[in-house]
Amino acid sequence: MVFEKVVEILRNYKDEPELEVTLESSFEGLELDSLDTVELVMEIEEAFDTSIEMDGTLKTIGDVVGLIEKAIA
Amino acid sequence: MSFSLIGTGSALPKTIQTNSDLTAFLDTSHDWILSRTGIEARHICIEESILDIALSASINALENAGIDPKNLDLIICPTLGGDTITPSLACMVQEKLGATCPAFDINAACSGFVYGLDVADAYLSRGKPMTILIIAADAMSKLVDWTDRSTAVLFADGAGAAVLTNGNDLKSIYLSSVGNQHALCIPWAKGNHPGLLDKELPIPYLTMDGPEVYRFAITAICDDLKRVTRDADIALEDLDLIIPHQANLRIIESAAKRLKLPMEKFVVRVKNQGNTSAASIPLVLDDLNRHGQLKPGMLIALTAFGGGLTTGACVLKWSKQSNNQK
Repeated sequence: MVFEKVVEILRNYKDEPELEVTLESSFEGLELDSLDTVELVMEIEEAFDTSIEMDGTLKTIGDVVGLIEKAIA
Repeated sequence: MSFSLIGTGSALPKTIQTNSDLTAFLDTSHDWILSRTGIEARHICIEESILDIALSASINALENAGIDPKNLDLIICPTLGGDTITPSLACMVQEKLGATCPAFDINAACSGFVYGLDVADAYLSRGKPMTILIIAADAMSKLVDWTDRSTAVLFADGAGAAVLTNGNDLKSIYLSSVGNQHALCIPWAKGNHPGLLDKELPIPYLTMDGPEVYRFAITAICDDLKRVTRDADIALEDLDLIIPHQANLRIIESAAKRLKLPMEKFVVRVKNQGNTSAASIPLVLDDLNRHGQLKPGMLIALTAFGGGLTTGACVLKWSKQSNNQK
């Protein structure tokens, strides 16, 4: 559920409705620089009404999904 | 509330460095800088001192206001620091202007100009007639590490000034501070007393956690604008212009998107100025004023954020008739 929502937000953010995303997809591979990553995480946090620690260790979609799942558990 | 803005002034040092100029000594590129920040060029104090640009901005503002420096009651300089720790930049400007009033600096980093407005507002709310000069001047080129491409490309030098007197332009104002050294820091010299336990000298340049500051800045603009418009009893959409601190185009675009406001409402000048810290907002104000773009009755929001971490925002109802001085 979290993963699907994150993919939807990411596709919206990049304006690419068909974008292929897996848990292993890295921000770098998705052509998101560090500022894009901040904005994306902010949108994801808002969608789930939660907040996660952004400490530079977030590298993949799976990292974000994991932290969100923990935060809303 | 208690002040009217009756004059604006600004000054930029002569030397312009484009992104391409920086590639002579930094491992970077014009495209990289432009896409990440929206900056193409910046002004740097090579020939000028901070006092030179602060003084120039002050003289312009006083002329715009039609005020003789001898009639000033107070000079406030929002700045990270003038050319000297003491005398303060405000005292140095005071001397050059031939003013005789009290003068002091305040340090709220890039939020300095809005903090300065709040201080002026507090003085004027005593009820006595006063004319106050606020000069925000920063030479970030002296404070950044020019071997650090992640920060050096962002910052620049400039001065912006405003003359205030008793009036009713200010509709709402809000300041905030959350102490945070990790996000943004410029350490001070600590001396070389032989008894010091930690003899390691601090690196005397700016360090910044880019993503942390980026997030803080976007949130600051959004939260503060909602607050000051609510306090001024207006809707966000009622604002004619929003002047954000000119740190990075992407911060402004992101905030505009979140607030669902068109980018046209936001005044953006960062492309040819870079981040001039406290000077950035009054530089924009002066540019708008000189070009006759500020009409009496216009509702203008200022929104600043910076080291501290500090934020400041306000809503002004512009009352000054244009002098058409450009």
